[in-house]
Amino acid sequence: MSKKIYLDYSATTPVDPRVLKAMQPFFSKKFGNTMSIHSFGQEAKIALEKSREKVADLIGAKPREIIFTGSATESNNLALKGIRGKHIIISQIEHPSIVETTEWLENQGVKITRLAVDKYGQVSPLDVKKAIKKETILVSIIHASNEIGTIQPIEKIGKICQQKKVCFHTDAAQSFGKIPIDVNKMNIDLLTASSHKIYGPKGAACLFIREGIKIEPILHGGGQERGLRSSTINMPAIVGFAKSCEICKKEMEKESQRLTKLRDKLIKNILKIDGAHLNGPPENRLPNNANFWFSFIEGESLVIQFDLLGIAASTGSACSSAKLEPSPVLLAIGLKPQQAHGSLRISLGRWTTEKEIDYLIKVLPGIVKKLREISPYGK
Amino acid sequence: MVNSIYSKKVIEHFRNPHNYGRMKNPSGLGRVGNILCGDIMYLYIKIGENDIIKDVKFETLGCAAAISTSSVVTDLAKGKTIKEALEINSQKIVESLGGLPLTKYHCSLLGADALSEAIYDYLSKNKKEIPKELQKRHQRIRNEHK
Repeated sequence: MSKKIYLDYSATTPVDPRVLKAMQPFFSKKFGNTMSIHSFGQEAKIALEKSREKVADLIGAKPREIIFTGSATESNNLALKGIRGKHIIISQIEHPSIVETTEWLENQGVKITRLAVDKYGQVSPLDVKKAIKKETILVSIIHASNEIGTIQPIEKIGKICQQKKVCFHTDAAQSFGKIPIDVNKMNIDLLTASSHKIYGPKGAACLFIREGIKIEPILHGGGQERGLRSSTINMPAIVGFAKSCEICKKEMEKESQRLTKLRDKLIKNILKIDGAHLNGPPENRLPNNANFWFSFIEGESLVIQFDLLGIAASTGSACSSAKLEPSPVLLAIGLKPQQAHGSLRISLGRWTTEKEIDYLIKVLPGIVKKLREISPYGK
Repeated sequence: MVNSIYSKKVIEHFRNPHNYGRMKNPSGLGRVGNILCGDIMYLYIKIGENDIIKDVKFETLGCAAAISTSSVVTDLAKGKTIKEALEINSQKIVESLGGLPLTKYHCSLLGADALSEAIYDYLSKNKKEIPKELQKRHQRIRNEHK
């Protein structure tokens, strides 16, 4: 197979041609600044509000509850830093943009509770309930794990937070546009979503802020986005983000069924390899995520062997590939460091075909065998 | 393949490692690394006449840098005398690989350590005199890799 195979859709996705087409007029023709009162500015302002409607529509929010930002990392920072309180509860399998932000907040004197997860990476709603104290301001739990794909019982956690009158934030960067989300049904107060994970451009994301929740801005300036995110509006990216939401809403059901089928075929066949183990739950996981660990080999070697064959996959998350430490998420689900070092994440997407999955299934046993021949423990 | 992390040389060695596999009845065996860190290196040497390293083999569990380091160490050591082989340090290894990313420098040290441990093993098993420098190195490696 000479064509390259991209199976790292959880890292980022290509822009859908339909999205690119929607963005194009906003570079040179409709280039106005939304803050200008002339027709160029007003044309942009109208497009911005239309975009807001489309994004809100995907999660059952009101348009004015959507604040556009530049990245999911920024949205997470805004939610956690902007809420201003004494105690925040998170899980042990959060994305680095939550982990690092809470570490920073801890240095500022905020108390942080990090909830353990079970062997599938699932947070127990009961643990959330027990951890909530009088001074707790926020619970922030990742909706679906970027590494192992586990989907959390968000609705139940949200209900508990509602009863206890604590704000509930979820980082939905990996689930938004892939599985249904309803902020009202799921009792979500704050939600992070990103464009580039759903075939939109990089540089656009949003934070849903339920009406009545008070958030302080982290960027001060011209007062865009109701004063919550000062910065000139990145129109092409936001229009693209909105278009990608529109497409996801239309195609989500069919696409998630198609990907689930491919994912399950992949998992079933990879687990036939000796010493291959699934990370995360067999069901109740993102339709496009599969994550494994292989005994006696190291994940990076696997990824580079794949790359030599034109297949792009990942050891864990793209963000952690520069670090040498094993993934904290894999350690949290009970893997030993040497097991966590042997991990491989394969994430599927809109252009993944069965032929590509079949090819991966065909070549993987040979790669594993070769690396084990080199390994002192592999015989 | 485009890769800004690893040099062409590293990828070449990784794609087709030289001298990998177990050696039967080696004259010396060096075992270094730490399974918790994800890198384990075994280096086998066969010593011939005049203290010349006749054959070298390696077994490595690790990343592309660790595997290519192991491969290049075997190339560098083969045919050398023990004295010459002890001069192979991490700097020489990095040079022979056309560079390594900074975060992977420890892999080259692992390669140099595995070789000196194999030599130490050979000398001590055969009750030969162990140079002071090598003894010091052995102590350091034992402390580090425990």
